[in-house]
Amino acid sequence: MSEIIRRDPRREWIARNRLHPDNAAVLAALGVNRGGGAVSEWMGPSGVVRKDPRAIGFIGPNGVKRIDRSGLQQGGQATAASTAARDSRRTVTIDQPAFLVAVVPDLTGGRLSGHDKDLLGLARRVADADAEQPGAVVAILFGEYKGEGGGELKEQTLGEAGIDRVVHLDDEFYAGFAPEARLAALSAVEREMTPRFWLLPDSPLGGADLGRRLALRLGERAATGVWQVEADNEASLGWRCTARGAAGSLDIQRPLPRVALALAECAEPVDETRHAAEHLTLAASIPTTLSRIEDLGQVAVDPAGVALAEAGFILSGGNGVKQWDAFHHAAKVLGATEGASRVAVDDGFMARDRQVGATGTWVTARVYMAVGISGAIQHLQGIQRCDKVVAINLDPGCDIIKRADLAVIGDSTQILAALVAMVEQQRGGQRNAA
Amino acid sequence: MQPDLHQKQQQQGIDVAVLVSIGRHPTTGRARRAEQDARGLELALAIEAELPGTRISMLHAGSQDDSSEAALRGYLGMGLKSMTLLEQPEGSDAILALAKHLAATSPQLVITGARAERGEGSGLLPYALAEHLDWPLVNSLASVEKVENGVVTLLQALPRGQRRRLKVRLPAIISVDEAAPVARQSAFGPARRATFAITPTTPEADSELAQWHLSPARKRPKRLKIVKAASARDRFKAAASKSEGKGGQVLTDVSPEQGAEAIYKLLKEEDVLR
Repeated sequence: MSEIIRRDPRREWIARNRLHPDNAAVLAALGVNRGGGAVSEWMGPSGVVRKDPRAIGFIGPNGVKRIDRSGLQQGGQATAASTAARDSRRTVTIDQPAFLVAVVPDLTGGRLSGHDKDLLGLARRVADADAEQPGAVVAILFGEYKGEGGGELKEQTLGEAGIDRVVHLDDEFYAGFAPEARLAALSAVEREMTPRFWLLPDSPLGGADLGRRLALRLGERAATGVWQVEADNEASLGWRCTARGAAGSLDIQRPLPRVALALAECAEPVDETRHAAEHLTLAASIPTTLSRIEDLGQVAVDPAGVALAEAGFILSGGNGVKQWDAFHHAAKVLGATEGASRVAVDDGFMARDRQVGATGTWVTARVYMAVGISGAIQHLQGIQRCDKVVAINLDPGCDIIKRADLAVIGDSTQILAALVAMVEQQRGGQRNAA
Repeated sequence: MQPDLHQKQQQQGIDVAVLVSIGRHPTTGRARRAEQDARGLELALAIEAELPGTRISMLHAGSQDDSSEAALRGYLGMGLKSMTLLEQPEGSDAILALAKHLAATSPQLVITGARAERGEGSGLLPYALAEHLDWPLVNSLASVEKVENGVVTLLQALPRGQRRRLKVRLPAIISVDEAAPVARQSAFGPARRATFAITPTTPEADSELAQWHLSPARKRPKRLKIVKAASARDRFKAAASKSEGKGGQVLTDVSPEQGAEAIYKLLKEEDVLR
């Protein structure tokens, strides 16, 4: 074959004309892949860089040419890029830590709360301050841990929160209100590992109580309500903190002591690295203490008496609820606090103080069950901070379905009746067994 | 025999010490009775009403001057004839003085507020006393149910309006926060007539607190939504897009029973059914 490159003007014309019936075949023959980004730059025969401005960009879904100058590849590859971003966490293993930072998360409902993650972010900051000699974060978990996924994945969620080592204590005597048993365990950890810092959440869920007990047991004057931590060479441990004092009206700047109780949003949670979350067991057995406090368990509280803003389980009714007696009965059987959308309140089915949403109450429930609520934006704002949303609705296209973690499409009256029957049956079974 | 003994115990009542501090009005900054401590005193008065023969002694460690006296009379006006003032200058450590006094008088129940409204306000005092005296401590109390045979049954307030029942052996320390019943109004006349029993103490200066830097609380910066995006396009998308749900499970064309079962499973998983 001769070396002379022969041009075929007709083929080139067809390649340029994307409406031509043979366009695709010609493009394939020329080896140009417009969808995945054609070669738009090449070295010419005389060593000059040649550019094809027409090869830049791609054909959008409407058949219009789009140019993306962000430097990213376009269109169909975006999803691949985002999954790559999700996996882009750097894996960090710290084998020989210079020191330890102990964290005792609340672990409410068996999961790391937002407050816990912020605290772990703070622990990470303190541990990683010196890149030459990084410290390790030890998390002491009490009770069952039920993070997302199981097995390996569970450890992964702990590692992604920034935990290097895990001491998991889920014996049953740590359950409930057992400050003495927990304190004995933490003292054992202190004897064995002697962490440089103890960080606990200053939250009413247990961290505030346990942290103060621990501080006094270790003979430290704890910093409470810490919301800012900065490096400071003059301080004895190398850090200075700002803490809230006097019912939130004072800022106290002091050197960071060994035990600190931090507020929510004290630091950014870890989001770039993945740590090992290696399991440790305590070598010495923890001495069992005779408790002077006996926990008789939680008391049944009338759910209707619980303030809507702090209720943990809300059954909320809207325009789609037709039989309100059945709704009230369901709330009673499930033990849920009742809520309502604005329509239900305006129509007089529920009291005004039960309204959930921007104009009513902003709720923080762990489970929010919306029955016959389509999900107006004001309502969705009100349930922003709920953990799990369950929706029962007839219309599969409404907005609450997009927000819901579990949506059931169907008649709300029948589904609620079936749910009530199921709960009653389970309770009856338990009672017979006992 | 048992009921008689029980009755005797009831008539005897118990010794309750209520620790009070000087509060700070959140807007004017004036001295007042502290909110939580007043609730603690209210709780003690409720125990007295329930258990005749209960003796309430009120304690305050601090200096004596006009503004603090006015604040302390706020407590006395709730129905007490006198109170004990452990006198010590401002900036002294109250824990040692209180611990010494409590060890000497040995009440069976000590009630305090969860945290002070002035000074450090770290809420460490009840814990420090519990550690000093080696007594059990229960925080965040809602109500005292009954006291018998040296054991007190309490209701502890949990977040989300829940309650937990606890049995604690006396002597014990209990701390009170916003979950306890609201304090009654203070009456002016009885407050004027009540007397102070002033006990001098050997003050020990709180040297650590003196080294710290105190300033009026700054507003905390609001956390910004940080978007870590490599390109302008991603940043724009993050700024402009509505937050999409993570894509929950949607059950269509299921019988009511199947739907109810799925919901039941979720409720069980979240542990909200009791």
